[in-house]
Amino acid sequence: MSLQPFTRVSGKAAPMLAANIDTDVIMPKQFLKGIDRAGLDRGLFFDLRFLTDGQPNPGFVLNQPAWQGASFMVVGPNFGCGSSREHAVWGLKQMGIRALIGSSFAGIFYDNCQRNGVLLITLDEPLLQRLGRVVSQPEGAQISVDLQAQEIRLHDGELIPFEIDTLRKTALLLGLDAIGSTLQRSDQIKAFERQHLAANPWLS
Amino acid sequence: MTSARTLYDKHIDSHTVCRLDDQGHVLLYIDRQVINEYTSPQAFSGLREARRGVWRASTALAVVDHVNPTAPNRVAAMPDAGGARQVSYLAENCRDFGIELLDILDKRQGIEHVIAPEQGFILPGMVIAAGDSHTTTYGALGAFGFGIGTSEIEHLLASQTLVYKRLKSLRVTVDGALAPGLTSKDVIMALIGRIGASGATGYAIEFCGSTIDALSVEARMTICNMAVEAGARGAFMAPDEKVFAYLKDKPRAPKGALWEQAVEQWRALHSDADAQFDREVSLDASSLEPMVTWGTSPDQASPIGARVPDPQDVSDLILRQDMRRALNYMGLEAGMALSDIVISHAFIGSCTNARIEDLRDAASVVRGKRVAGHVRAMIVPGSTEVRNQAEAEGLAAIFIDAGFEWRQSGCSMCLAMNDDVLAPGDRCASSTNRNFEGRQGAGARTHLMSPAMVAAAAITGRLTDIRHFGDRP
Repeated sequence: MSLQPFTRVSGKAAPMLAANIDTDVIMPKQFLKGIDRAGLDRGLFFDLRFLTDGQPNPGFVLNQPAWQGASFMVVGPNFGCGSSREHAVWGLKQMGIRALIGSSFAGIFYDNCQRNGVLLITLDEPLLQRLGRVVSQPEGAQISVDLQAQEIRLHDGELIPFEIDTLRKTALLLGLDAIGSTLQRSDQIKAFERQHLAANPWLS
Repeated sequence: MTSARTLYDKHIDSHTVCRLDDQGHVLLYIDRQVINEYTSPQAFSGLREARRGVWRASTALAVVDHVNPTAPNRVAAMPDAGGARQVSYLAENCRDFGIELLDILDKRQGIEHVIAPEQGFILPGMVIAAGDSHTTTYGALGAFGFGIGTSEIEHLLASQTLVYKRLKSLRVTVDGALAPGLTSKDVIMALIGRIGASGATGYAIEFCGSTIDALSVEARMTICNMAVEAGARGAFMAPDEKVFAYLKDKPRAPKGALWEQAVEQWRALHSDADAQFDREVSLDASSLEPMVTWGTSPDQASPIGARVPDPQDVSDLILRQDMRRALNYMGLEAGMALSDIVISHAFIGSCTNARIEDLRDAASVVRGKRVAGHVRAMIVPGSTEVRNQAEAEGLAAIFIDAGFEWRQSGCSMCLAMNDDVLAPGDRCASSTNRNFEGRQGAGARTHLMSPAMVAAAAITGRLTDIRHFGDRP
């Protein structure tokens, strides 16, 4: 399955700067009972987004007019920690989130985003905090992200450069099917496997 | 010029099919994977849609553990439509792709990270990836295990490999004797408290030191299991004679001459003496006290003798706000003694702490005593084999006599995907791994601790210092 390529995206950036936002909070347990990916936009941040009577919580950032329909989130340290549930990323994607900008991300979550074409941008903490302050102002919420140029453009034209591994960048730019790419190396994998099982015969 | 390598280097080097760039990415061969009913369905659907097969079905083992009920009377049917669909789709997938399934009525059923070692499915030197973050558990056997998402499960099923970026290495040295009443749970909770919930993000941890050497294999599993709560994408220990003794005669362990050959090779699985680590941390086990969490992140933990910390004392603005949010969610006041916190529930279960040694520990605490009148206390064994063994050893009778519910195996109230769910405001002493908001039920409050500490809290009805438990009337 190939993905929607990520080239240059413009949109609102919603701030969510608390530390350690875990995948249980991003996608609570009651939304994990499917065998497909359908309907996960409803579950995203469910306990924060909705009041106990089911009405949208007006205090939650994605419910506020300035950040409703956001394409980006600017997030606190260790975002996506905890459970490996990819449902968290599917939900973010279904809500229209194309990239997350933070100071650190949990490892499994990082890989899950990559595999779904969601760009993760890591900035150092002081810069991230400053970006968080900018997008926390309604007039500063509009940004654009240019992956090819590796730049975030703020509402006032300021450019913030970011780093990304070439391999990840290429996969995102082209929307590559990772499995298809790997299976082109089938002969190499088979050769490795023969030698590996010969050296460790109890693995056969 | 040194060629000394860490154990992590050895695991990765021996499983590298090819390098993919000069930024640390490799195509990594994976020896084994364990599959559950809730993170795998979309992976199998992806294979079906692309008309791809499974590369080597014998390297996967599937088990039902996350959504099943743990009611004492075990039946095949799932009570809810979603869970039933996930379980039947797993069975269909295993049948169609030729993967062995331990279904809900199988005697070997249990939590994936309990049954995989139990069956000898995990061996030293292996690299294992599975769709569950606590796959790090297998590091206690000298294997390298890490959690992956559903897309990666599909990639792994199709190709036996993952596109993998090398981690940095962190050595955690734990020395000193643990005081009576302390366990490996207290060691890992103290470490997480010290380095933080993202303290090991980007690292693979190798644990070593006299404390680790002295621990049983099961106790070591608790440490590797919870290392992911510090952000580690892998945590392991060099395998020793205890590991070999643990594995010998397990159903799937090699036998005879093959066993001898394997052990011979496994003895080389350790970091070279002069290997360099990217980072080093050391912990003095002799100074540790029993640990409990007071917040909503595993690093918000303190010794049981301490008080709920005051956000005012924290200078960092973000940390202070996080602490305020956590205390608000937990319904706790700064300054109150942790041992004054009254619980409504006690839960012993999960891949972290529901093995036979954990149940023995807990039983020794509750023997001849009664669960406090206001507490609902549950034991959910880590596997059906653990449950059967505990019954054979008389542990189940001790728990039942004390007023605990003695249940069937599964992940249960650790993440509350089945019907074992807490209500808003419930407060649970829990032997599990995550005290996140809503983890055990929306609005429910979790305090993490060792199984013995949970057992003591169940009896007294409040968080209790296991070291002074016997002194109480």
